[in-house]
Amino acid sequence: MLDNIDLTKLIFGRLSWDAIPYHEPILIGTFAMVAIGGLALLSVLTYFKQWGPLWRNWFTSIDHKRIGIMYMVLGLIMLLRGFTDALMMRTQQAFSFGDAHGFLPPHHYDQVFTAHGVIMIFFVAMPFITGLMNYIVPLQIGARDVSFPFLNNFSFWMTAFGAILVNASLFVGEFARTGWLAFPPLSGILASPDVGVDYYIWSLQVAGVGTLLSGVNLIATIVKMRAPGMDMMKMPIFVWTALCTNILIVAAFPVLTAVLAMLGLDRTLGTHFFTSELGGNAMMYVNLIWIWGHPEVYILILPCFGIYSEVVSTFCGKRLFGYTSMVYATLVITILSYLVWLHHFFTMGSGASVNSFFGITTMIISIPTGAKIFNWLFTMYHGRIRFELPMMWTVAFMVTFTVGGMTGVMLAVPPADFVLHNSLFLIAHFHNVIIGGVLFGVFAGINYWWPKAFGYKLDKFWGTVSFWLWVVGFWVAFTPPYILGFMGYTRRMSHFDVMEDQWLFRIALLGTLMIAGGIGAMLVQFVVSFMRRDKLRDLTGDPWDGRTLEWATSSPPPAYNFAFTPRVHDNDTFADMKKMKYERPLKGFVPIHMPSNTWAGIVIAGLSAVMGFGLIWQMWLLVIIGFVAMMAAIILHTFNYKRDYYIPAEEVTATEAAYTRLLESHV
Amino acid sequence: MSDHSTHAHGAHGHAHGHDDHGHGGHGHDAPGSHGSLKDYSIGFILSVILTAIPFWLVMAKVLPPATTGYVLLAFAAVQVVVHMIYFLHMNSTNEHGWSMMATIFTVIVLVIMMAGSIWVMYHMNANMMPGMQMDTDAVHGVHDMP
Amino acid sequence: MSEFTATNQADNVVGDSSRYYVTEHHPENGTLLGFWMYLMSDCLIFACLFATYAVLGRNYAGGPSGAELFELPTVALNTAFLLLSSITYGFAMLAAHKNVKSTTIIWLGITGIFGLCFLFLEIQEFVHLIHEGAGPQRSGFLTSFFALVGTHGLHVTFGVVWLVTLMFQVGKHGLTMENIRRLTCLSMFWHFLDVVWIGVFTFVYLMGTLP
Repeated sequence: MLDNIDLTKLIFGRLSWDAIPYHEPILIGTFAMVAIGGLALLSVLTYFKQWGPLWRNWFTSIDHKRIGIMYMVLGLIMLLRGFTDALMMRTQQAFSFGDAHGFLPPHHYDQVFTAHGVIMIFFVAMPFITGLMNYIVPLQIGARDVSFPFLNNFSFWMTAFGAILVNASLFVGEFARTGWLAFPPLSGILASPDVGVDYYIWSLQVAGVGTLLSGVNLIATIVKMRAPGMDMMKMPIFVWTALCTNILIVAAFPVLTAVLAMLGLDRTLGTHFFTSELGGNAMMYVNLIWIWGHPEVYILILPCFGIYSEVVSTFCGKRLFGYTSMVYATLVITILSYLVWLHHFFTMGSGASVNSFFGITTMIISIPTGAKIFNWLFTMYHGRIRFELPMMWTVAFMVTFTVGGMTGVMLAVPPADFVLHNSLFLIAHFHNVIIGGVLFGVFAGINYWWPKAFGYKLDKFWGTVSFWLWVVGFWVAFTPPYILGFMGYTRRMSHFDVMEDQWLFRIALLGTLMIAGGIGAMLVQFVVSFMRRDKLRDLTGDPWDGRTLEWATSSPPPAYNFAFTPRVHDNDTFADMKKMKYERPLKGFVPIHMPSNTWAGIVIAGLSAVMGFGLIWQMWLLVIIGFVAMMAAIILHTFNYKRDYYIPAEEVTATEAAYTRLLESHV
Repeated sequence: MSDHSTHAHGAHGHAHGHDDHGHGGHGHDAPGSHGSLKDYSIGFILSVILTAIPFWLVMAKVLPPATTGYVLLAFAAVQVVVHMIYFLHMNSTNEHGWSMMATIFTVIVLVIMMAGSIWVMYHMNANMMPGMQMDTDAVHGVHDMP
Repeated sequence: MSEFTATNQADNVVGDSSRYYVTEHHPENGTLLGFWMYLMSDCLIFACLFATYAVLGRNYAGGPSGAELFELPTVALNTAFLLLSSITYGFAMLAAHKNVKSTTIIWLGITGIFGLCFLFLEIQEFVHLIHEGAGPQRSGFLTSFFALVGTHGLHVTFGVVWLVTLMFQVGKHGLTMENIRRLTCLSMFWHFLDVVWIGVFTFVYLMGTLP
């Protein structure tokens, strides 16, 4: 066998010119737009000689603030792609009735809904929450960076390269057609012999490593790097939710890694984990993937609960009501999220005893969330409420998410779920909680913390336009699916025959177009705010009369965050400091120990993506080379012991003096 | 065994000492940093005993299979604890108790995952795959190895 | 917009601002805690594989069972190798804490050799099984067996690579704070692999031999 190894096969694997979708006009058009846009961007960067600064100040940066911003940029770009998928689906469903068949054949439609789910969860929601936690947590605990700054950079690039792999599937090969969780046997090698599921597996494996390491990083940061005096029960509530989120990440993502590896082995080596014969059990995949999947949705929502707590407290001018119960509620949610997973597959056939147990636990888990809502309401009560954009998003969340949560409790009842499982009702429910809970929270966080990150507030007019288009658009888009789900409509369909119901799908499309307007308005908000930034400037670092430590720095903060590490005496530390007429120290600064930038993160992550691409297309030579290069890079990196430097005291003094001048000029 | 290369250690140790100002020598906050010869020896001997007995029970077919199964699991659990204490130096003060908490949480999740999966899949198999029960009798039959 | 006037004014003297900061702060190093967290996540990967083995472990699909395939004396020998490697690593750590570089490196080397013996026997077992037609593609039982035991073996392999790298780094830079930290992390990793092996030989080999 060794004599006649096909060299082409070894180098190119399954990759051939057929992989490029010449015959799909939509894809060719998309590629043209991406190519033109991409070339324009590259030209601009080259013309303004920005490659050096981009590499030095951003790509190799280990500054948690820079990395946080990069995560948000990634999430935003992928939101545009994921939303385009949504628009395509809604359009298809609005028109594909009876003899009309829309513009997306099932083969393409199935990839669209799969990509939509994968992108929105893994490459929009996760980067957004990770970005916010990365930026804010060190500031809120009075630290200079996270525990493992290099690992932070590496984690970002793993996520980014995972996203790149998913996007590569658009132009080279195709994506999975299995839905975002890729259940076998449909995702097995017999039913999906093409590269789609392999793209799915490897992009998620790469991104998953990034997420897991990020989880380890933030746990160590929160445990080890809190400012003196900040006991656990004096941490800002956002830090508590971040801690619980990262505990969930560390405890859940290994399961995803293992399950996807098993699916990959089934597909590549012909093993029998989830096959239909020779002792495999496809139901085990569903079981395991949801053991990951349920904690995953709590990973998405918990940071947002933290954002809402911060926002409500700040914009009502009051300490958060029931801090202790909030902490306990968060901890209870964290533990309980491991006891409910079967509610995602009541209908798979485990029987009454199993279904009842999980139905009951699912109903129980709604209770701590309810407690949180009450705490937010009690914080608002007798507060002096300011309806700035973050507060608006929070109120919209409270209304929207509560409805979504209630439909969740409906679905928690197994007999009801037998009718509603995999119907449009389910679709409406989870979009209700994810958009109303996660996305609104991210938008609240973006509006809240933008001034801190960039030094100027976001324009309120365009933000309000975006807000109303999103909120109204959401309800217009997702009320029809609730109704249609009750009527019996199944999810993931690209064609329908009951003409009388078409109007509901058209309303849903209208709502989606409103949301598109909301996204457009948000982009306009960013541009307009940037152009008007001098008028919107945040000169003091504390534009909202905040209560937590991130507002004690300039906007944006200096690289070292705090010239002197804060000492904490109470909750809402910064509010305490302001109350006691705290004055910033102006002298006596010492050199500050900081970590250095690194090339290793982007290089190692890039090599892992190369390996991933090789594994997808079965280009074994590329896989071997990529693996060896990656191991070499890792080992080489570990031989570098000199990874730090000192900011001289003079520089700190100068930076602090500049901030002092800014504060004085404003007052 | 008394080759002291302290000079190299001294020079490097202090240059890199910034993270450890508050802590005396090296790694006093570290889990697993302070075993002793006694700890390792006790752990080793216990492990040998706790390994030998299970192997003997199975190879010599001493007890009925079901009982053996439970005994094996019990021995394994004990040996894991032995490893944790004597080799991994796990105690409730490491890392201010976080090490222990993390371990307990992981064990809880592990138990939920395993017990949950076994329970769920047992029912799934019983209801949905009548020919494929987890007991051996149904499938274990004639087998030819090429 | 931030006002420095308080809403509930403390009538007494403005608090001394210096109570709100420390001039020098050195946060505790988080490497060992972080590595322990990673190890817990690794534990859950194994939990997943164990769960899969629990569910698929009797699906022989008409093929060979554990009782027919497992050679317990070899497994016992492998267990011995791994246990010995654990204690030799322990000796390496003792030498490291006594600051004796050469002894440390020697015990590390012996640990590596035990690890390689373990891997050699395991690969031999795998090759033999595949040769006999009892490879991972034969049945659900064999798939989950190879996955679980193979993943453990892969971890040991990475551990050996890491160990050799550390031997070079200790040789080159000595027993610095950073290197001791790395040795401690590898120590945790190595002992953890032995803990997983307890699960493997009990749950897979011994219980798999039982009817």
